[in-house]
Amino acid sequence: MSESRIHHPLMELTIARIKETIREPEAMFWIFVFPVLLALGLGIAFRDRPPEKIPVAINSRMKDTSQIAEMISRSPRLKAQMIAPADLGQFLRTGKVALIISRTREINFLKSNRAENLQAQSGADLFLIYDPTRSESQLARLAVSDALQSGMGRKDVIALQDQEVKEPGARYIDFLIPGLVAMNLMGSGMWGVGFGIVFARTRKLLKRLAASPMRRSHYLLAFMLSRLVFLVGEVAAVVGFGWLVFEVKVYGSILDLAIVAIIGSMTFTGMGLLVASRATTIETASGWMNFIMLPMYLLSGTFFSYSRFPALLQPFIRALPLTALNDTMRAIINQGDPLFKSWLELLVLILWGSVSFAVAVRIFRWQ
Amino acid sequence: MNDSAEKVSLDERQFQAAVRCRSVKKYYGAVKAVDEVDLEVRKGECFGLLGPNGAGKTTLVEILEGLTRPDRGLVEVLGYQWGMGDDRSFRERISVQLQETQLADKLTVAETIRIFRSFYRQGRSVEEVIRKAGLEEKQGERVMKLSGGTKQKLALACALVSEPELLFLDEPTTGLDPQARYQVWEIVEEFKSRRGTVLLTTHYMEEAARLCDRVAIMDHGKILAMDRPELLVESLVGRGIIEFRAGEDFDETLLAQLPSVKAMERKNSGFVLKVLELNQTLPALLAEVEKRNLKLAGLVSRPATLEDVFIALTGGKLKDE
Repeated sequence: MSESRIHHPLMELTIARIKETIREPEAMFWIFVFPVLLALGLGIAFRDRPPEKIPVAINSRMKDTSQIAEMISRSPRLKAQMIAPADLGQFLRTGKVALIISRTREINFLKSNRAENLQAQSGADLFLIYDPTRSESQLARLAVSDALQSGMGRKDVIALQDQEVKEPGARYIDFLIPGLVAMNLMGSGMWGVGFGIVFARTRKLLKRLAASPMRRSHYLLAFMLSRLVFLVGEVAAVVGFGWLVFEVKVYGSILDLAIVAIIGSMTFTGMGLLVASRATTIETASGWMNFIMLPMYLLSGTFFSYSRFPALLQPFIRALPLTALNDTMRAIINQGDPLFKSWLELLVLILWGSVSFAVAVRIFRWQ
Repeated sequence: MNDSAEKVSLDERQFQAAVRCRSVKKYYGAVKAVDEVDLEVRKGECFGLLGPNGAGKTTLVEILEGLTRPDRGLVEVLGYQWGMGDDRSFRERISVQLQETQLADKLTVAETIRIFRSFYRQGRSVEEVIRKAGLEEKQGERVMKLSGGTKQKLALACALVSEPELLFLDEPTTGLDPQARYQVWEIVEEFKSRRGTVLLTTHYMEEAARLCDRVAIMDHGKILAMDRPELLVESLVGRGIIEFRAGEDFDETLLAQLPSVKAMERKNSGFVLKVLELNQTLPALLAEVEKRNLKLAGLVSRPATLEDVFIALTGGKLKDE
């Protein structure tokens, strides 16, 4: 074991760092197993199902109840239930149905059985009773109207055909997998490097190394290099899992994916170094890590698109490194875009990484 | 600037000094950790800094190791002044063992030594160091599983991979059991036998007495005395100590007539005599006591130690027991 030739110190430090990580079972779990479990859980939760039919109630005491029910049942989006007038109000109130079809003017909405008198509009044949603030009810209103009008003989003036999207590439899991890859690169880059360094500092190992002729840059570079080794496995685990289980395809080139993964990983390793550069306790470092990463988990579009946030926040969100990495990952994995199209995002990543690394080296505390 | 540095270096060669410091000062706020210290360690000697916790030993050593900057003062190690050239390559010539360093838990003994070996252009092989430190059986063991003594031997092995000219050891045996302490001493003695220079700090007198050619007693940031251990003891205390309790009728004046007594003091209900030659004082004391029919109790006579020197100098104990 020790007979072999002693390598260059950078190589020895990197090998040692890799061994240390491998020998830490918990680190292995967070790097490789956790993101796969997350992808599995979310993939199952948001798996593709046929769109659910919206339940609507039909007053069972109408002379043409069965005729109306027949018309409604022809709609692929609706599911009709015949309900006695006394119960109609309760069904709507508790959300069991999205809408009531009735000719009766009086519906019991309250438990007290006090009937509310609904005045028929002049000339109205049917009441469609629903809460307009519920989007499901709004959909039911459209579908019911459509079903009844065409059931009564209305002719469509324009021919429409539905094309439902079920292709891999446009589902939630397709959106999610690139985001998980990016999030994992951030987490393992920052925690792995940050903890390793702060731990070595609290144990005075950094001071001991500083008292040797070791080049200080070698020590920091070894952290970055060892990350590259794990990177391959990390990205392969999540992407491979998405491909095998959910048929999430990588439309872009694998080489581009590898380049982005390396740049992204170096960015977050640099940021991890910066966080760890002066912290003297694990608690301080961990507080800073959370302070930096939590907003990005929320804002950077890992689990849902950041376009939902107000326009005012958009420039700020797009300047975050995780946003840049998410967008680039999606451009390559989902869209198959060539790498140069994401030059702005890559620039954002490189800036964050290099500035963090430069500052970290400058202010690094060895004791 | 350069001229003066060169001049000092020339003086250095004449004195054959491995370490030299002049008026070195380091305050942490109001705490005078190192207060105007002058010190010289000669090449090939083992020099001990002896003092209680908080005396400033570690701060002084870390200044000499180039890890801490002094507020002011001149420090020269093997003719080199920190920050005047390439500190990093100068570190090839010295080695340190710091107080309380914990090496990487998940690496094995051999892997740890290997990393340190890779930092030096020249040095011993990993196998040789493992053998010299008596770590053959532990070389495949992870650091986290080692006992305190073995960890300390590993720290020494890491310091010795490079065959340094000068070795700094900061409390190398604190907290170790007697057997492990003995093994550490043997490793240090092996290094000494190769004409290596050692500067160590300790608060164990036996350690200083056994390993050190010269010692300096340090307290409150100052060096109180510096010499060969036996000379320090002799000049400041004497060679022996006689202690006894005496009855009320004891005639104190007889003590002054005893031969070879260097100093005398009352302690509780008795006396402590610091004497130059026990074999002259003790028979005379006993003869006098018998002649006058006096009573003595709890008579103890023992060789004087560095601990007595320390008490004489500071009025305090060396370690808190």
